[in-house]
Amino acid sequence: MSKKRPASEYQKTFAFRFFRWLSGSKDPYLGEVEMHPQKEFRADPEAALRHEKEHDAILDKVYNPERNMEMKLFHKLYHATSIIFCLFLIALLLVTISWLPASGTIERPANNEVAERYIEKGLEETGAVNIVAGMILDYRAFDTLGESHVLFTATITVLILLRLNKTEKDEAELSDRRFEPKNDAILQLVATFLVPVIIIFGIYIILNGHLGPGGGFSGGAVIGAGLVLYLNAFGFKKTERFFTEKTYKWVCFFSLSFYCLAKSYSFYTGANQLHSVIPKGTPGAILSSGLILPLNIAVGLVVACTIYAFYAMFRKGGF
Amino acid sequence: MTAFQIILMGLLIICAVSVSFSKNLLNAILIYMSFSLVMSMLWICLESPDLAITEAAVGAGITSVLFFVTLKKIHAIEGTEPSKKEEPKDE
Repeated sequence: MSKKRPASEYQKTFAFRFFRWLSGSKDPYLGEVEMHPQKEFRADPEAALRHEKEHDAILDKVYNPERNMEMKLFHKLYHATSIIFCLFLIALLLVTISWLPASGTIERPANNEVAERYIEKGLEETGAVNIVAGMILDYRAFDTLGESHVLFTATITVLILLRLNKTEKDEAELSDRRFEPKNDAILQLVATFLVPVIIIFGIYIILNGHLGPGGGFSGGAVIGAGLVLYLNAFGFKKTERFFTEKTYKWVCFFSLSFYCLAKSYSFYTGANQLHSVIPKGTPGAILSSGLILPLNIAVGLVVACTIYAFYAMFRKGGF
Repeated sequence: MTAFQIILMGLLIICAVSVSFSKNLLNAILIYMSFSLVMSMLWICLESPDLAITEAAVGAGITSVLFFVTLKKIHAIEGTEPSKKEEPKDE
């Protein structure tokens, strides 16, 4: 620890003057240069009126289509171009539609062999009893990865749009506390009984995603809703004990990167015809169907945290 | 299609039309919530319980709650207007 110098001695040093100049806390001319006090500004009502008249005259001359021929021409051109653009867009969409296979023909995507293959070989190849889970997390896992990232990107965008700086945040918290009814006895009693049930139901949906209806997204949404209810009943003080910005950051980071790594492994082995070391297990058991269960858990965590984060940011612009 | 499904479809159309004719924003959100609930029942009738769970949790729950918070923030719900002192001057 360095010795603390007295303030009068410190003020003579170069460092003090440098930092004062850097922060701009002292006007460099004050006390150094002779100055006249500034004249007080007096509004002239006549000049203001004249100025307003001139302003209106200019506006009228420029923006009135009857007096400005260029403006008139531009308006006409604008309307014509917008109609042409709309017609072009409609034509483009119609042409695209006309290229689709006609309804009822054999080339239609609904009639091709992909769907059949999913239904016939799905259980054998993915090990998931729930065909939908096998489809979205095994055959089409790349899509689901993109969806998770879209959700994450949406949260980041909302964070940029709604985030407040420190003083604004304090104000928002104050007004939040003023307008929100806190310590509502009925809500708290109901939440005490409902929140554990909701969260356990969400966990059940996530863990059972490959065996029955549900999966990462729906389970995560249910858990997120439970967290929002808990937050509404008990306030931010209670939720901050286990959920802060840091938690959100790390949970999202680990879940998304785990998803990427796990799917990269299966894409690598699948594309190179290698044998994957991940066991499929017996269909119907909870620990089965390879990577689907961990992927469901990762997606569920991201979705639950994202939904809670959305709500917190809408409420007070931060966690 | 059973009678139950037809009733649900009718409710869906009634909700969709009435939400656009509702003047009160709070009522509009409540109707939207019931639309989502009816929709989730219809998903179960169409044998896709995955979508029903998601629709009930996201459509009826979280989206409406976010709408409520937004309405509260912009003081659009009756009874939550700020006091006279806080009102902006240009109104």
